[in-house]
Amino acid sequence: MHINYNKFTLKNGLRFIVHEDHSTPMAVLNVLYDVGARDEDPGKTGFAHLFEHLMFGGSVNIKDFEGPLLMAGGENNAFTTNDLTNYYIQLPAENIETACWLESDRMLSLSFSERSLDVQRKVVCEEFKEHYINRPYGDVAFKLRELAYKQHPYRWMTIGQELSHIENAKLADVKAFFFKHYCPANAIVVMAGNIQTDKALALAEKWFGNIPAGEKYIRQLPAEPKQEAARVLEVKADVPLDALYKAFHVGSRTDKSYYAMDLIGELLGGGGSSRLYQTLVKEKKLFSNIECYHFGSSDPGLLLIEGKLIRGTSMKTADQAIGEELEKLKSKVIGEKELMKVKNKTESAILFEDMSLMNRASNLAMYELMGDVAFMNTELDKYLEVTTGDIRDLSASIFDEKNSNSLFYYSNN
Amino acid sequence: MLNRKTAPEITDAVKFQLNLPPHQKISLRNGVEVYLVDMGTVDTLMMNVVFYAGNCFESENLVAAAANFMLKSGTRSKNAYEINDFFEYYGAYLNRQSGHETAELTLHCMKKHFAELLPVVSELIADSIFPEDELAIYKKNMQQRLQVNLRKNDFIAGRLIDTYLFGPNHPYGRYSSIEDYDALNITGIKEFYNKFYLGGRCVIFIAGPLPADIQKLIDANFGGLPLGGSVKPDSAPAKIVPVTEKKYRITNDPDSVQGAIRIARNFPNRHHPDFQKMQVLNNIFGGFFGSRLMANIREDKGYTYGIHSYLTNLIQESALMISTEAGKDVTEETIREVYLEMKNLCEEPVTEEELKTTKNFMIGTLLGDLDGPFQVSGRWKSLILNDLTEDYFYRGIETIKNIQSTDLQELANKYLKAADFYELAVF
Repeated sequence: MHINYNKFTLKNGLRFIVHEDHSTPMAVLNVLYDVGARDEDPGKTGFAHLFEHLMFGGSVNIKDFEGPLLMAGGENNAFTTNDLTNYYIQLPAENIETACWLESDRMLSLSFSERSLDVQRKVVCEEFKEHYINRPYGDVAFKLRELAYKQHPYRWMTIGQELSHIENAKLADVKAFFFKHYCPANAIVVMAGNIQTDKALALAEKWFGNIPAGEKYIRQLPAEPKQEAARVLEVKADVPLDALYKAFHVGSRTDKSYYAMDLIGELLGGGGSSRLYQTLVKEKKLFSNIECYHFGSSDPGLLLIEGKLIRGTSMKTADQAIGEELEKLKSKVIGEKELMKVKNKTESAILFEDMSLMNRASNLAMYELMGDVAFMNTELDKYLEVTTGDIRDLSASIFDEKNSNSLFYYSNN
Repeated sequence: MLNRKTAPEITDAVKFQLNLPPHQKISLRNGVEVYLVDMGTVDTLMMNVVFYAGNCFESENLVAAAANFMLKSGTRSKNAYEINDFFEYYGAYLNRQSGHETAELTLHCMKKHFAELLPVVSELIADSIFPEDELAIYKKNMQQRLQVNLRKNDFIAGRLIDTYLFGPNHPYGRYSSIEDYDALNITGIKEFYNKFYLGGRCVIFIAGPLPADIQKLIDANFGGLPLGGSVKPDSAPAKIVPVTEKKYRITNDPDSVQGAIRIARNFPNRHHPDFQKMQVLNNIFGGFFGSRLMANIREDKGYTYGIHSYLTNLIQESALMISTEAGKDVTEETIREVYLEMKNLCEEPVTEEELKTTKNFMIGTLLGDLDGPFQVSGRWKSLILNDLTEDYFYRGIETIKNIQSTDLQELANKYLKAADFYELAVF
């Protein structure tokens, strides 16, 4: 499916993309800021995400963000990753100007209220507890990142490395963060839905055009040195079952190996006919579940495998069984039909994802962040170019023992 | 100079005309009803094959869920791997869901592969064999998953509150145990399958830009199956026996840092005249991000990451449920504030401003919720499975547009009385 769009750059450097879809009565305004948890100070982690919460606490001219949006029949949300922060509003297309008014004012400046910071610190602490402390295996993602990354800021989680970093956040930090990252030079705005491009552009110029450009943030992050030896971490915790996690370093989202890597993840862990599930859950009965996934991160990322062991299975047996499956991908070329399967799954996944106007809007912004919005329409072709030889060669380099990080998570019950 | 202080002009969402795009109903040779929603611009399709085979119809716990799950575990000509490989080769997703009343197979696929996929969907329905070793794997894996879930306060709270509301023997209130999984056996599952799938009522919903020969395709693949046609299984709804005791504090994990809270009351089903009005009141109370519960307990006090209230999606009887996880040290305050918000709705009329905002928000989001063939088909499915007609949909819109704050206050006084609520915190 070809996604139509027009791209503009406003005088202040703001990138603005319009996608028309006249089959829907709705419109979406998506604002992406090129800042994520990787841009944080190691002593003040969790800040990009805490900041996302503060973006709903009122802006310089608009005390209440939520009320006027509801009145216009709209809904909104936001998310923060290690790489970026994304805000979106969906509302009836007639009322799109309300979304422009609200989003442009908070790009202009926040109201920086001490009260809002107080409350959102607490809310984020509860979010931290709900997702990572108050549940079994909740600390795994923290431990895996710390094991796999020694230099790069991907070593901490978006929610923050520890609660105290959030608890200690100061209003001065909030202001500094805002003026460094939240400006037209570091943002991409997408307007999508039942709108005309010329009218959309006029609205963008009216509401966003006179916001001071700000300074383009030049990212200078420490590169993660190549891992030279296998790493193993053993943990004992109050959980009901032993679990095994493995993380392998892979290329970035814009690396040419990305497409083959994504397909490898699908071959191993995507669905009931995937290799790890069929062999280790169904045939050998060593795991009660097993998954393989990655985050498609902007800087070199991780391919992860995780599973819970069937009670009575030893960690060594489970680890070896995974190793054997990875070895097969490294040493033998897979069949053309199996490769076609994961390509078909990818084609289908893209099509289903693009059904939603909200997804199309945020994806357009993300491809522009990756380098060019045009990539959105050439993505499938890049998957289709991957060969069985590419899969074998890339598997050999990813699943090198020296590139592995294993977390053996034992139940102490 | 641009005026950033004043909101731009808006069109009030209540002025929008909302339409539920039509469906086409056909009946197959064997009496199976099929509802077609032919719309959409992307070449993807969704098909829900619904059976009256939820846990309301089982005589042994977990049999309904196991029968539903095992529809992908093997037929006379294909084993589980071959079934999964077949659907995945075409990039299709065939999911199973088992609820209280109904159980489903749901197919999402690219339009170009639909005709090739249908014969195998049909085969799973008509020719599943339920292999012993597949059941053994299912039991073991589900028991392990349950062991992990039992460590989560939120999971425990969700199970217990349903038991309080509906009674431990009602299908809505019954929950699974390790021993129940041990007791599952092929004989019971096959009996259930024979009675409620092969001999049961089947209703099919298909949505998307449909192929021109859709009727022929469906009839060829499903019209000849030995299904029970349009007759609902004659099982009288189980009696709802709410428990007497209303307040509970449960310790599940001594090290936990949050309490999982549920505050709930029984509520009539969609056929009751108050149901749609209650959806408006609930919206104000705790139905979305800008609700009073969120504004007070999250955005003012910071006690929780999120708090929600909702009417549960059940056919026989609903419940009004308030659900949150709050810091252990503020759990009791959180519960107090929930009751305080109920009291406010009983004592103070909702202001005209808040009412108007609510109406615009509800209509605006409804417009978005109807955007696309799958969403429209989902609306029809909900109406049809609840024995409601199109009229219910339009009455709902009229209710939102016309309801007054006096109606809401009256409703609050009827349904938001603290004494009527079950109250549970799991630490």
